Amino acid sequence: MGRTRVWSVSLVAACFLLGACSNQSSTKKEEDENTITITYRSGGGANAGLTDWLNQEVIPEFEKQNKGANIELSPLNVSEGDYFAKIALMLKSKNTAPDIVTEDTFMVNSDASAGYLEPLDDKIKNWDDWSNFTENVKQGVMAQDGKIYGVPYNTDSRGIWYNKELFKEAGIEVPWQPKSWEDILTAAQAIKTKFGKDVTPLWMNSGKATGEATSMQTFEMLLYGTEDPLYDQESKKWIVKSEGLLNTFQFIDDVYEKGLGANLSQVLNGQGSTVAYQQLLPKGKLAMGIDGIWQTGNWREDGPAPWKEAFDVLGFAPMPTENGQGTGNVTMSGGWAFSIPKNGDDKDLAWKFIQFASSKEKNLSLLLKDRSLTPRDDVAKDPTYQEIPMFKEATEFLQNAQFRPAVDKYPNVSTIIQTLVEDVATNKLTPEQAADQYKANVTKLVGEDLVIER
Amino acid sequence: MKTELIPLAPKHKKIKRNNKFQGSFLFLLPSWLLLFIFFVGPIALTFYFAFTNLALTGSEAQSIKFVGFQNFVTMFEDPNFKISLINTIIFLIFSAVVGQQVLGFILALLMKEKNKSFRRIIGIIVIAGWVTPEIVVAFCWVAFLSDNGTLNTILNALGLESITWLYSFPMVSVIIANIWHGTAFSMLVFQASLDDVPKSIEEAAKIDGATRIQTLLKIVLPMVKGSIVTNMILVTLQTLGVFTLIFAMTGGGPGTSTQTLPIFMYNQAFVNYQLGYGTAISLILLVIGIIASLIYMRSMKANV
Repeated sequence: MGRTRVWSVSLVAACFLLGACSNQSSTKKEEDENTITITYRSGGGANAGLTDWLNQEVIPEFEKQNKGANIELSPLNVSEGDYFAKIALMLKSKNTAPDIVTEDTFMVNSDASAGYLEPLDDKIKNWDDWSNFTENVKQGVMAQDGKIYGVPYNTDSRGIWYNKELFKEAGIEVPWQPKSWEDILTAAQAIKTKFGKDVTPLWMNSGKATGEATSMQTFEMLLYGTEDPLYDQESKKWIVKSEGLLNTFQFIDDVYEKGLGANLSQVLNGQGSTVAYQQLLPKGKLAMGIDGIWQTGNWREDGPAPWKEAFDVLGFAPMPTENGQGTGNVTMSGGWAFSIPKNGDDKDLAWKFIQFASSKEKNLSLLLKDRSLTPRDDVAKDPTYQEIPMFKEATEFLQNAQFRPAVDKYPNVSTIIQTLVEDVATNKLTPEQAADQYKANVTKLVGEDLVIER
Repeated sequence: MKTELIPLAPKHKKIKRNNKFQGSFLFLLPSWLLLFIFFVGPIALTFYFAFTNLALTGSEAQSIKFVGFQNFVTMFEDPNFKISLINTIIFLIFSAVVGQQVLGFILALLMKEKNKSFRRIIGIIVIAGWVTPEIVVAFCWVAFLSDNGTLNTILNALGLESITWLYSFPMVSVIIANIWHGTAFSMLVFQASLDDVPKSIEEAAKIDGATRIQTLLKIVLPMVKGSIVTNMILVTLQTLGVFTLIFAMTGGGPGTSTQTLPIFMYNQAFVNYQLGYGTAISLILLVIGIIASLIYMRSMKANV
């Protein structure tokens, strides 16, 4: 009697367990039919445009055109640094992978090498529209194996935002055209002398928490204005010791040492950039900021921090090279792309959606909201596009654009950079120590045979 | 008849015991299985991954390779590991061993033999800190210490200048927050053991002319030694693993000034995408916990 009871209890329990599992998976399958999920980063002010565009425009229209199709959004409201770790974890498994994921182009190569993304070459072959995409933007979504892993939906350029009114008051001539790093420091010093503690002279993303923004908007904008880039394309090796590296760290150190940078407790925060461009700059409490064109998305009428006068008050100056050498100015260019995860379950519908969302018309309306530059040649020629404030300047900067090395280890090198920039900004390391650590850490990461010194 | 029955009895019992064994085995099986799948399994995997180059992204994510002690070599050469280790020890000693324990003991001592409603009110206030989830504690303290936080507002009202607490004194800030959060636990443990010290012994000491401090040091403390060790071990293990509080308050920064081992592990695994390396750090964390517990038990010569 006892034994039968035990057996029957465990049998019933087992049935429940198994039943629960199978039930769940079968209902999920049914729902999944014709449903695709899109994962993107919704955190940060600049991504509000993308969210609006998806929700208000693209998804309703796509669902209307394709009866039965159902698009679900699963945004990640996280800091930029966390986003890539989160999607890497999601893409690893069939159970969590979305059908479309937005990738910053610098991660495309890395995630493709990890086997997370689906090569799109076969699909692109039969897609005429692809020829309208700008050639060098296409490079950004090509991995080391030469295959395409994403369709870019925006690209960007960076420069120095500055407040003309504050500049005039401090006695600096506008439009301001800095010719060297020294000019930036001089202007910042003038602002500091004039306004003291009320105005932050220069905002540079300098923390680990701001992730890629620290590497690209601060470190690389400076470094690529020297003679020495991050990576030597010819020998395919990382440059781990150069004057450029040292001078870059030195500039960052100067800014904070002389009290020209932002309050560390603000700038090291993951929300730093939001504070700078949604609060400080519109309130006239920030004079200069090195950042991207997309920040204008904050100030559009239905944006997170509407600011009508923005384009009368603000100027967007090109970033000078170190001593004005070479072309005189430089910008880093990146951008984001739609990719299809290898573990996604409805790749055809996902591709259909990407095609739909990447059309000339849709791309233009995205950029009106998102305020990034277009990856398409035909959109760039459109009058509506050219009238977007500051886009003329931002597009001109692209003539001297530099791109991040599209190699496997770049994301890891980037986190090394972020840590060291924060250490220099907080005075934990001197510029020399930071340069030494850079050499040591990158060498350890990529191996001694893949580095060179200059 | 009688002679036949006697040998039968033990045999019958044996069958029953066997039956009971089978039954209990069967009932324990689910929990054993769960333990194996969710506890032993992950630990074994941790050991394995710690010796691989497992990565979150990049080509290594596809091809896991056994790299021997490479992760540990890298770790011991990494200046950040040393910094994190020192930070962990500072955080551990000041927030747990000294802060929570001493404060908890003093609170328990002061509350001993006080009137009931007083004990209850103070108890609730202190325990409120303990029952509050770690992330909420972190937010409370960030709200209190941040640039425009409560403390700076008070300072400004008094005509003093604001201080960026979380950036100028990051370690002190997280230590205070952790003391606030964890003291109640030590207080509860000590309250229970202090109540067990017989009143008559204390009175006898008093009659013999011992001062209050002598009574405390020579009589009360040795009597609660056992619970001190237990508490020390529990508090140490809890504090070694503190991640949420520090991560939410300072993110391990500024720079590396509050980067303890759990934060360092997180950074390596999920920010630098080196899962294998992160796992190796977690193993070291485990070893530190074991060593600390052994040291406590030895030094107090208590059997816990």
